[in-house]
Amino acid sequence: MAINWFKYSAPTTFYGLAGKMIPWFAFFAAILFAIGLYIGFFVAPMDAQQGEFYRIMFIHVPASILSMFLYLIMAGYAALGLIFNTRLSAMMASAIAPTGALFALISLWTGALWGKPMWGAWWLWDARLTSELILLFLYLGFIALHASIEDPRRADRAAALLAIVGSVNVPIIYFSVTWWNTLHQGSTIKFSGTSMHIAMQQAMFTMLAACWLYAIAVVLARVRSIILERERNTAWVTQLPGIADLSEVKQ
Amino acid sequence: MKKFTMLDLLVLVIRRDLVLAMRRRADVFTTLIFFVMVASLFPLGVGPEPDMLRKMAAGVLWVAALLASMLSLGRLFSADYLDGTLEQMMLAPQSLSILVLGKMTAHWMVSGLPLVLMAPVLGLQFDMSAQAIGVLIIGLLLGTPILSMVGAIGAALTLGLRGGGVLLSLLVLPLCIPVLIFGTGAVEAVSSGLSIASHLSLLGALLVLALVFTPWVTAQALRISME
Repeated sequence: MAINWFKYSAPTTFYGLAGKMIPWFAFFAAILFAIGLYIGFFVAPMDAQQGEFYRIMFIHVPASILSMFLYLIMAGYAALGLIFNTRLSAMMASAIAPTGALFALISLWTGALWGKPMWGAWWLWDARLTSELILLFLYLGFIALHASIEDPRRADRAAALLAIVGSVNVPIIYFSVTWWNTLHQGSTIKFSGTSMHIAMQQAMFTMLAACWLYAIAVVLARVRSIILERERNTAWVTQLPGIADLSEVKQ
Repeated sequence: MKKFTMLDLLVLVIRRDLVLAMRRRADVFTTLIFFVMVASLFPLGVGPEPDMLRKMAAGVLWVAALLASMLSLGRLFSADYLDGTLEQMMLAPQSLSILVLGKMTAHWMVSGLPLVLMAPVLGLQFDMSAQAIGVLIIGLLLGTPILSMVGAIGAALTLGLRGGGVLLSLLVLPLCIPVLIFGTGAVEAVSSGLSIASHLSLLGALLVLALVFTPWVTAQALRISME
C-alpha cells in the first residue's frame, strides 16, 4: 500500500489532525510541567554556590534552548514555504513566531531575575544575553513585517525571506557578539564546572520536554486559527460542525 | 544593435541614480545633517569631558552612521516603484541582481560616502587621535557599503507598506550589529595599541559576503513585493 506522505500537507486535512493532536500534547505538557516543577522545587537539593536562586534555571534554560530552536524551525518552515510554495509551511512559520518570541522574552526575564542576586545586576552586556536580545528583535521583526503586509501570500513570502536572511546572519551575529565581549570586557561569569546533581538534571530535562510539548500544542492551536482565518471563504470551512451551526444561527 | 554587457548596465544604473540624486540634492544633505546632528547630541547628553568623549567617539559615530543610513534607505526603491520604473527594470532582459547592485552602489555613493568624508571632522570634535580617525575612516569605508546592501533587502521587503520607515529599521538594524561591532572594535584596538588587522579583515569578509549574496536576495525580495 502506498502511503501518501503529503496527505497532511494540505491545510484541510491538517486542520483535523492538529485538532486531534493538541489535547495529547497539552495533557502531557501539563503533567511534565507538574513533575518537573515538583522535582525542581522539592527534590533537587540546594546549590552550594548559588543557594535557592539557581532553581530559576529550570525554566530559564529550557526557554533559552527553545527560543533558539524555534527560530531555526521557523526559518526551516519559511524556506519550505518559499521553495515549494506550500501554504501550510508558511502558516506554520507564522504560528511559531509568537511562541519563539515568548520564550526569548521568558529567557531574558528569568535571566534578569537570576542575575540580580547572582551578579548583582539585572543586566550585563554579556555575549549570551546580548545575542538572546538580538534573537528577540529578529522574532519581532518577522512578526512586524508579517503583520504590516495585508496580502497574506506576499506577507508569507516576504517574512520567509527575512527569516532565512536572519538565520544565515545569526551565526555571524553570535560570533561577533562573543568576540566583542571577550575583547573588551575580560572574563564573563560562567557556570561553575561542577557536574550537576542527578535530581537537578531530571528537573531540567523534564521541564525541557514539557516546554517542547507546550510549544507544539500552542503552535498547532495557533496554526488551526490561521487556517480558519485564511480559508474562511472555502466550502470545507463553512461545513465544519461548529461553523455550520454558527451560520445557521445567523440566518 | 550594440551588445549590452553587464558592466555597461551597472554603470548605466549607477549614473542614472546619481543624476537623479543630484537633481534632488536636499535629500543627500538631510542624511548628512542628520548624521552630524546625532553625533553632536551625544556630548550634550553625556557631558563634555574629553576623556569620556574620546572613548565613546567610535561607537557614537558608528551608531550615528547606522541611523543615518537607515534614514535614506526608504528612498532606495520607492521613487522607482511609484512611477513604474521598477516594473520596467524587472521586465528587462538583463539580470535584476546587477540592476540592484547598481542601485546599491549609487545609494552608497550618495548616502554612505558623504558620511565617511564627514567622519574625520566629527572625530576631531570628539578629540580622537589622528591614528584612530584613520582607522575609523577605513572601517567606515568597508562597513557603510554593507549597511547599504543589507538595508536594500529591508527596503525591498517593505516596499510600498504603510509605516515602512520604522519597520525597515526594525528589520535591518539587528542584522547590522556585526558591522557595528567590528567597526568600533578596530578603533578601540588601535587606541589600546592592539592589532587592527582582525577587525578590518572581518569587515572585509562581510563586505565580500554581502557583495555576493545581497543583490540576489534583494532581487528576490523585489519580486515578492512586486508580484
